Amino acid sequence: MRHLLSISDLSKGEALQILNTAEELARVSDGPMKKLPTLRGRTIVNLFAEDSTRTRISFEAAAKRLSADVINFSAKGSSVSKGESLKDTAQTLQAMGADAVIIRHSASGAAQRLADSQWMTGSVVNAGDGTHEHPSQALLDAFTIRKHLAHGGDDLTGLHIAIVGDVLHSRVARSNVLLLTKLGAQVTLVAPPTLLPVGVESWPVKVSYDFDSVIESVDAVMMLRIQLERMTELFFPNAREYSRYFGLNKDRLKKMKPTAIVMHPGPMNRGLEITADSADSARSVILEQVTNGVSVRMAILYLLLAGSQEIGASE
Amino acid sequence: MSSTILISGGTLPDGKKADLLIKDGKIAEISTEIESAGARVIDASKSVLLPGLVDLHTHLREPGKEDAETVESGSRAGVKGGFTALSAMANTSPVADTAGVVEQVYRLGQSTGLLDVFPIGAVTRGLEGEHLAEIGAMADSVARVRVFSDDGHCVFDPLVMRRALEYVKKFNGVIAQHAQEPRLTQGSQMNEGIVSSQLGLKGWPAIAEESIIARDVLLADHVQARLHICHLTTAGGVEIIRWAKARGINVTAEVTPHHLLLTDELARSYDPVFKVNPPLRTEADVMALREALADGTIDIVATDHAPHPAETKECEWQEASFGMLGLETALSIVNKTMVETGLINWATVAERMSYAPARIGLYENQGQELKVGAPAHIAVMDPTSLFRVDRDLVASRSRNTPFHGMELPGQIVATIFNGEVVFEGSRS
Repeated sequence: MRHLLSISDLSKGEALQILNTAEELARVSDGPMKKLPTLRGRTIVNLFAEDSTRTRISFEAAAKRLSADVINFSAKGSSVSKGESLKDTAQTLQAMGADAVIIRHSASGAAQRLADSQWMTGSVVNAGDGTHEHPSQALLDAFTIRKHLAHGGDDLTGLHIAIVGDVLHSRVARSNVLLLTKLGAQVTLVAPPTLLPVGVESWPVKVSYDFDSVIESVDAVMMLRIQLERMTELFFPNAREYSRYFGLNKDRLKKMKPTAIVMHPGPMNRGLEITADSADSARSVILEQVTNGVSVRMAILYLLLAGSQEIGASE
Repeated sequence: MSSTILISGGTLPDGKKADLLIKDGKIAEISTEIESAGARVIDASKSVLLPGLVDLHTHLREPGKEDAETVESGSRAGVKGGFTALSAMANTSPVADTAGVVEQVYRLGQSTGLLDVFPIGAVTRGLEGEHLAEIGAMADSVARVRVFSDDGHCVFDPLVMRRALEYVKKFNGVIAQHAQEPRLTQGSQMNEGIVSSQLGLKGWPAIAEESIIARDVLLADHVQARLHICHLTTAGGVEIIRWAKARGINVTAEVTPHHLLLTDELARSYDPVFKVNPPLRTEADVMALREALADGTIDIVATDHAPHPAETKECEWQEASFGMLGLETALSIVNKTMVETGLINWATVAERMSYAPARIGLYENQGQELKVGAPAHIAVMDPTSLFRVDRDLVASRSRNTPFHGMELPGQIVATIFNGEVVFEGSRS
């Protein structure tokens, strides 16, 4: 494994290796001495051409716990916002000797462009590209689900997970569909027909327009952030109607299996796709997702930069 | 001044082998075993002879975007591909919406002198879709414009389209429509379907093309005007054209070489060299287009040669320009997709790539059968010789060929325009 661009590039074995490594690293994070010397002297660049404080901080914490040097390269005030091309930015980072670039970008495929180009030679980690994928988010979600629901099992066989909301524009949904099904879970997408892509029939999932018919049978619900500008783009009439049909509220929470959990990749729109009592309920593992994110991202960086032979995948 | 050329041993479009003698810019003799002392001899023993190819859809970028292409460089790319006539699209800067601009492009073509350059005039002023451009003045200019198109933009307003179709009847002109419903394609990046759903690139539905085609064939029928549909890409569009032709509607349609070969699967690379308007579609569409070109539902192959400077393609997909090079590889791709597959023979290639486009554009002196007395515009092509496309070796000023690295069958041996050799391939 040289890059992490898409979940589709990972075998099931590689995905499980990341989760297992994350588990080991989580034990370190729980201990008194949080820092490992593994990536000492390596330079990791956080290239965030799109704002995302949460993901950037999570990767930064992960890299620092592995003792890497971290350079943050954010959109605002940088050359990226002044119209510098991706090519020039990449060549600049190459010239500075970056061993890995973690890229967040508003263009689908930006991470793959970076990896496939001759612009730089370091590893590329996709931290969210447009409406395409967000693989580290899916890995931390799978990690969280496994911890809560797999009862010591290796994968997610037998579990039913609903991903609810704006699937059309969601990179989190795309990565999760690929990963959760790869790990044996059954996935149901719940959304208004306008927010499902044409072509979704080719995905390995079930599709429902009716949240209430799905809620009772799921082991986890993953609520997606809904952006209010979707309303002006005619995807749904108004926020109230969206919440009524596709929001997670107290009534729906009550219908869930006793063991079922509530997830959200953040940032949440409280009152829109999720009510405050749902977000703060005992079922909610939303903050745990954040914690697990650091361990999973440590595992990704560790395996990319220190342990490629162990994974056994060639370049 | 004019040369005597003997093309020896070539195969004519009808399959017969013959020698062909060119004198004073015309075909002087066609028979077996011509002896002509002092003539320049072109060995065509492994080649087919085609009437010089005519492209009805070329972006030559001059004036205004000379970093991408000029009339001169585009002409060189054209003759390298066997073309002896190109149609310069109107989306230059300034737009070709006045007699002044079309005359400038026409004169640049004349002074380059490698082939005929026929300017296409804009339908609407500035391609803005609101007011008719100076259509009459362009038609009456030295450039004698007969084809009008806002290509790159759809003439979306149905009333503007109706008026344009009617207005050009005055001189038997034709409106070449870029069929793209603008509201259904806002921000669209690639064909809408399975691949776009996985890649997270905004979809460009086939119906955005088909709904405009359907509307416009009905308009053309209503006002009894000539309509040409640019770059057809969908199986559904083929069905509409087939229906319209069966009804007797005066519509013609073109397909590009890239839409005969490439599919939306290529977008998986996120390499914008595969980003084009209209987008690459599915395998089923490609097969429908081939079949329609074979049965005549689609009348012509047109390249939509669209050069772009490197920086507009060396970037993220959604930032990149739409378009790909086409002139230098068009005939080879038609050979690969249509002739080698047995769908059409060389006589039909001559019809689809020379006679029919010249008829649609009313290009006198082009698209004529190879017979004694006809103007000597000839493409000599060895259909069996393979070559690997190399973007660093193109005649165009730009390098955005989607066929880079691909091995294609059929090299141009020579191109003759007005009785002169304007291109001769290296013998290999």
